[in-house]
Amino acid sequence: MAQLNINGRSQQVDVEPDTPLLWVLREQVGLTGTKYGCGVAQCGACSVHINGEVRRSCSITVGSVTPRDRIVTIEGLSPDSSHPVQKAWLALDVPQCGYCQSGQIMAAAALLTKKPKPTDGDIDEAMTNICRCGTYQRIRAAIHMAAGTARGGGSIIHMGGGPGQPVTPAGDGSMSGPAEVH
Amino acid sequence: MNKRIAGNGASISRRKFLIGSAAAAGGGLALGLNLPFAARPVAAQALASGGTEVNVWVVVKPDDTSVIRIARSEMGQGTHTGLAQLVAEELECDWSKVAIEPITAGQNLARKRIWRDMATGGSRGIRGSHDYVRQGGAAARMMLLQAAANEWSVPVGELTVANGIITHAPSGRSTSYGKVAAAAAKLTPPDPKTIKLKAPKDWKLAGKPLQRLDTADKINGSKVFAMDLKLPGLLNAAVKACPVFGGKLVSYDEAAISRRPGVRGVVRVNDATVAVVADTWWRAKTALDALPIVWDEGPNAKQSSATIAAHLKEGLTADDAFADTDDGDALKAIAGAAKQVEAVYATPFLSHTCMESMNCTVRITADKAEVWMPSQNAEASLAALSTSSGLPLAQCEAYNFGLGGGFGRRGGTQDFVRQGVAIAKQFPGVPVKMIWSREEDQGHDFYRPISQCKLAGGVDQDGKLIGLHIRISGQSINAYLAPHNIKDGKDIRQVQGLWKRGNDAQFGYTVPNLRIEYAMRNTHVPVGPWRGVNTNQNGVYLECFMDEMARAAGKDPLEFRRALMQNHPKHLAVLNAAAEKGGWGKPLPPGVHRGIAQFMGYGSYSAAVAEVSVSSRGRVEVHRMVLALNSGHAVNPATIAAQVEGSVAYGFDSLLSECSVDRGRIAELNFNTYRVARISQMPRVETVIVPTYDFWGGVGEPTICVVVPSVLNAIHAATGKPVRTLPLKNHGLTLA
Repeated sequence: MAQLNINGRSQQVDVEPDTPLLWVLREQVGLTGTKYGCGVAQCGACSVHINGEVRRSCSITVGSVTPRDRIVTIEGLSPDSSHPVQKAWLALDVPQCGYCQSGQIMAAAALLTKKPKPTDGDIDEAMTNICRCGTYQRIRAAIHMAAGTARGGGSIIHMGGGPGQPVTPAGDGSMSGPAEVH
Repeated sequence: MNKRIAGNGASISRRKFLIGSAAAAGGGLALGLNLPFAARPVAAQALASGGTEVNVWVVVKPDDTSVIRIARSEMGQGTHTGLAQLVAEELECDWSKVAIEPITAGQNLARKRIWRDMATGGSRGIRGSHDYVRQGGAAARMMLLQAAANEWSVPVGELTVANGIITHAPSGRSTSYGKVAAAAAKLTPPDPKTIKLKAPKDWKLAGKPLQRLDTADKINGSKVFAMDLKLPGLLNAAVKACPVFGGKLVSYDEAAISRRPGVRGVVRVNDATVAVVADTWWRAKTALDALPIVWDEGPNAKQSSATIAAHLKEGLTADDAFADTDDGDALKAIAGAAKQVEAVYATPFLSHTCMESMNCTVRITADKAEVWMPSQNAEASLAALSTSSGLPLAQCEAYNFGLGGGFGRRGGTQDFVRQGVAIAKQFPGVPVKMIWSREEDQGHDFYRPISQCKLAGGVDQDGKLIGLHIRISGQSINAYLAPHNIKDGKDIRQVQGLWKRGNDAQFGYTVPNLRIEYAMRNTHVPVGPWRGVNTNQNGVYLECFMDEMARAAGKDPLEFRRALMQNHPKHLAVLNAAAEKGGWGKPLPPGVHRGIAQFMGYGSYSAAVAEVSVSSRGRVEVHRMVLALNSGHAVNPATIAAQVEGSVAYGFDSLLSECSVDRGRIAELNFNTYRVARISQMPRVETVIVPTYDFWGGVGEPTICVVVPSVLNAIHAATGKPVRTLPLKNHGLTLA
């Protein structure tokens, strides 16, 4: 029996203490936004915050977590997708399949807590999560957008020719659209 | 979710709120509840919430929401949004009130495949269905207008429609789609021959970089993937197949683990695979790890990367190759040329490594079989369910989910569904979710086929290519998965992208003496389609060798190619577009070099320019890549750019990694040994979209074939040495 503080709520789980936190979250607690990708802390799909630090929950046993440790999952990052990282992710249409994105968002949110104005180098260092769809360019742009250091849209498109149809970026001006169209 | 996002303050626009809510209405009703939707097929959701099916593609709700039915799979490539754009373009509905709703394979079958092909591979999602989905949207519009005309007793020709509002200007009356949908549904659909589709120049939604409809639930953990499915009484299974392909399961000691917590049983899945079933997956997985298993690894355990390489090498000179192209006399022309160039290239096996490993949930009762799965072909999943369960198709249903990556792994093979059924059969009436560990996923893929390629070229005194001989020796996907596609022993699929005929993956150069051959050399390793399939390897072979020949000819690589492309204007135009935006020939910072490549696949033309530096210690940095694409039409440029960027990251696999074979099994079983691109390795990517609007080409796969050759050609320019085998570590190079 372990007592966990997850997304501000204290709850008890009845599970072997050597069970990874990832599987406790998914199978006992029912929070499936945190994903299984590799099981060996390589891919970051299972990233959560523990006391504000980003951690790979596949490689933390539930027995090593104390009732005082504050665990935050993607479901608890904000009640309404209003965290600046989530807003930037939505504005730039970062996800493709979406499977790794919970982990990417949790890693990005933790980065911005530590470094509110990250450089590209900071992003390279902190964002080691794997995305097989290859959303990295938009992830980088969205982190800059969330940090208020945005330099245009996530994708860079040069639109050529066509039967006389102008191409305009989507979005409403409050945030730039998913793409920077030239 | 709607209210939450709406309450989020000024920075999220109303428009985004509506798109978000539309996405929630589409996917959310079916999946967000995370309950079995067996009792109510997915495509009935919109109807159950008060919608009217105007036709099979369009359901209109009283609140004027247009629910657009989608048959193809969504794995991140954006096909759902693109298809909705095409339907909505003809429907003339309000885009801010569009929702999407997937259909199921069982429903498609029950309605005589009225939604047609559900298979989503070969970059066919849009190019394979644009015509009939646009017709569906147009037919629904015509019926909705006719219903209004009937109600007002006016000629339909006097009506206009915009954003789902129908107006009769002469009388000043107007109504909405939601109000006339019920009457429209009772009308006889128009004869398809009378439907005139819009010209692309008149498009207002299609062709625009609109935001995706399916992002909202991917940023807060609420999207339910197949792996996340919850069902009452669900059990979980972990599986292990003999690590050596072709090996057999001899025995296992069930008693050793049967008293572990949660364990419900051990199942012999097939003659090579065992599963442990438990209340949770973690308990199943750890019990499986502890299960003593005896394998008969068989003769394949003697195979290794070295034995396979020797087998392929023999094919480079063997007599049993066939020539897919044999123009002029290539061997003679090369022998008599002013300069001869020769090289042997090789590319390894690669795995798909979808982020969401293989999984499915199956429930089998006496008269019903159901599978919940992430599939690129829901109908193939349904068929696998039927044959494996023994129940007729009519008693089967397959519920597809958004895939956590596909890349060709989840299409025709359906091995994971067959395994899931075999396990669930042992637990009648109980849903069993089978999840592969990453190691199982990596060790039992259908890998990108391994091959080698011997090339010889002859250049005349003016530096022009007069003879080219390409011999590929390697494994055949068709021989493993679809032998019926091999005609007269000639598997032309393995020379994809080098085809002289057709306009799907056409060779882009005119060479007077040209011989292109393939020698099939199969191995015991399963192979299958991997994003871009054989255009990947063949693009490297041809385009890197073009650079080698350009060097020998003393020509600029771009000029050398251009001189051979006058009969291939579309290939040439895309090459020129990449060269122009990539600044070919313009000055670069010290130490930075460019490489260029062009190739064709999936009905689309691609070219790339890469800017690369290589440090004295072999650290390769790709700074910038410019990729040009002519896919004929460009339904959503923003999605196209995302696919192009994704093709760069995925293409980098072959720079970084290989699946090597050791004692008959794959050696690299997780991301610590199978290295894939991370954000630090991702260059700045610029996408040049140059549609010519006279054909429909693919988007998901085409550009990947120029990614690696353009980078390798830049490395060659930087170091003076060609890279002829992959991954880069073979040459003391690392990707920074």
